[in-house]
Amino acid sequence: MSELLKQIGETTNNAGARLGDTILEARDLHVIFGTGVRAVDGINLKIYRGETLGVVGESGCGKSTLGRTLCMLEAPTGGSVALNGLPISDMKGSSLREARKSLQMVFQDPYSSLDPRQRAGEIIGEPLLLAGVDKKQRQSRVNELLDLVSIGASGYAKFPREFSGGQRQRIGIARSLAANPEIIICDEPVSALDVSVQAQIVNLLVSLQRKLNLTYVFISHDLAVVRQMANRVAVMYLGRIVELADADKIFAAPRHPYTAALLSAVPRMLTSSAKRKPISLPGDPPSPMHLPPGCRFQARCWLRQKLGSPDVCSAVDPMLSGTGDHQAACHFQEHVDAQRGAQNA
Amino acid sequence: MTIVPSTQRRGVSLLPTSIRSKPGLAVAIAFLVLIVVVAASASFLPYDAYRQDLLHRNSPPSWNHILGTDELGRDMLARLAIGARVSLVVAVTSTVAAVLIGIAVGAIAGYKRGWIDSVCMRFVDSMYAFPDTLFAILIAGVVKGQLSQSSTDFFSPITALYKMSGGLFGVFLTLSFTSWLVCARIVRAEVIILRSAEYVAAARLAGASDLFVMRRHILPNCLPVIIVAATFVVPSAILLEAGLSFLGVGVDPPTPSWGAMIASGVRSMQSYPHLLITPAIAVGLTLLSINVVGDALREHFDPSFRRGGEAS
Repeated sequence: MSELLKQIGETTNNAGARLGDTILEARDLHVIFGTGVRAVDGINLKIYRGETLGVVGESGCGKSTLGRTLCMLEAPTGGSVALNGLPISDMKGSSLREARKSLQMVFQDPYSSLDPRQRAGEIIGEPLLLAGVDKKQRQSRVNELLDLVSIGASGYAKFPREFSGGQRQRIGIARSLAANPEIIICDEPVSALDVSVQAQIVNLLVSLQRKLNLTYVFISHDLAVVRQMANRVAVMYLGRIVELADADKIFAAPRHPYTAALLSAVPRMLTSSAKRKPISLPGDPPSPMHLPPGCRFQARCWLRQKLGSPDVCSAVDPMLSGTGDHQAACHFQEHVDAQRGAQNA
Repeated sequence: MTIVPSTQRRGVSLLPTSIRSKPGLAVAIAFLVLIVVVAASASFLPYDAYRQDLLHRNSPPSWNHILGTDELGRDMLARLAIGARVSLVVAVTSTVAAVLIGIAVGAIAGYKRGWIDSVCMRFVDSMYAFPDTLFAILIAGVVKGQLSQSSTDFFSPITALYKMSGGLFGVFLTLSFTSWLVCARIVRAEVIILRSAEYVAAARLAGASDLFVMRRHILPNCLPVIIVAATFVVPSAILLEAGLSFLGVGVDPPTPSWGAMIASGVRSMQSYPHLLITPAIAVGLTLLSINVVGDALREHFDPSFRRGGEAS
């Protein structure tokens, strides 16, 4: 590794601390768009150093907005975001740019995430240029990064259109790594790619995390990928986190009926012993502009039907609660696991 | 899409290949080159554009005067060449000015959005509400009225410039004022699309300021539409200049311009058609050629038109 890497590494090590402390924290985060859409509606979230937090949910649930708000690309309309204890949601202009240097993002679309008029080397070197690194050091660092993501130095002078989708995503990853970030927000980084290429990118991200001690927020709608990547999983529904737990716990015994339905929709091998019929959710999510009183999942909730539509579901908006690290926003969370097996009986 | 070795892709000029596959483009470029050459060599032509020869008025094309003479016996070829100079210089300079104003307004409005955008675009909209030519006549009238008076105040250098250029400067101002609207709209629309591109988000995350993002990412990617916009503006400026001169609010006589020549040709259209047809054909073919070249440029710059295999 180059001297530059060491330098930046040292500064981050001084600022940072032991593995496992909070690196990024969202408090009561709200993003309400001008149209009244509550894309993010009261999210509290702590992300710990070195972990991978998976964020899953269906299209339009606000997971991408959450990702963009966590790095202040989207200004929250309420609540705060703190990076390494610094309240970046209160900052603006150059102080914000300075403060969030250790936060980077990998984007979904490998086509629109790279400037078509710039060569791969310029794209990857841009964060270094902005950090004031001189040209020579920049070049050697970019070549290093190109090797790190298995593109090779030969890619330096090529334009994005000369690369395949998977290679483009590697370039996007290399760019996000250029300034030695501590945490990377991956916004559906593999959903635009072929399945075979997805695996390569996931493996690359995992190996980079080990090598560089990175923290990931991994946003995806693909449960299989999240299961492979994440230590902890947050399930989002209509701008809220409805369940938050360690990955193995959530996949083994979900505590929210929505999570149970999502899990049942993952295709399985026919020989799998845990074969279950998918739980189907009737209708669409309610409009994020006009939410019903009580639980926002009530209209589509299979568990509520099963329990004979208890009044509390339409009266009280459930907050995240539960034993230990496994939290769910459901009044009847202790029934979910037992009932989902009996769903089709 | 074929992946082309990078040396072939950009280094080698693209034009020869495109021209070979498009004879129309070759003709258009050749014609424009001819016009420019004629305009540039106007002083070397055998006749002076201003010298009257009242004995040979309205003479049809002959060996002496290839394009004939006008109602004052002046050589039509010489006048057409000087007219080309006037038309092209005014059209190109005012296009450059209009594009610059358009980029500035469009980029700021599109990038900043919010009330700045509203103010800028409502202003553009209200300017648009005037019919193009009418608006140009209005401005030309005001400019001409203001500038032809001898004033000693703030405007005096502009007035001097106006008088020195035989009214050309007034036409330049008029065209710049009217043509930037199109540009501002096109650039704004493009900037709105580009500012939400993920590479812009990536640059901002990496610590880029608005200015950096604008200079490095947004404006370079706007270049294709800017060039296309310019190829719209140049012919419309030529046409507008011709229209203004036709109506008598353009360049001052005796300076020839294509529009003024058409205007005087119309008067004797039935007896001496060559006085009308020659400048009219010059205007028509020039506009057609610029449009053809503009289309080719758009194809060149628009990635969705670009075929990778073509260059190899």
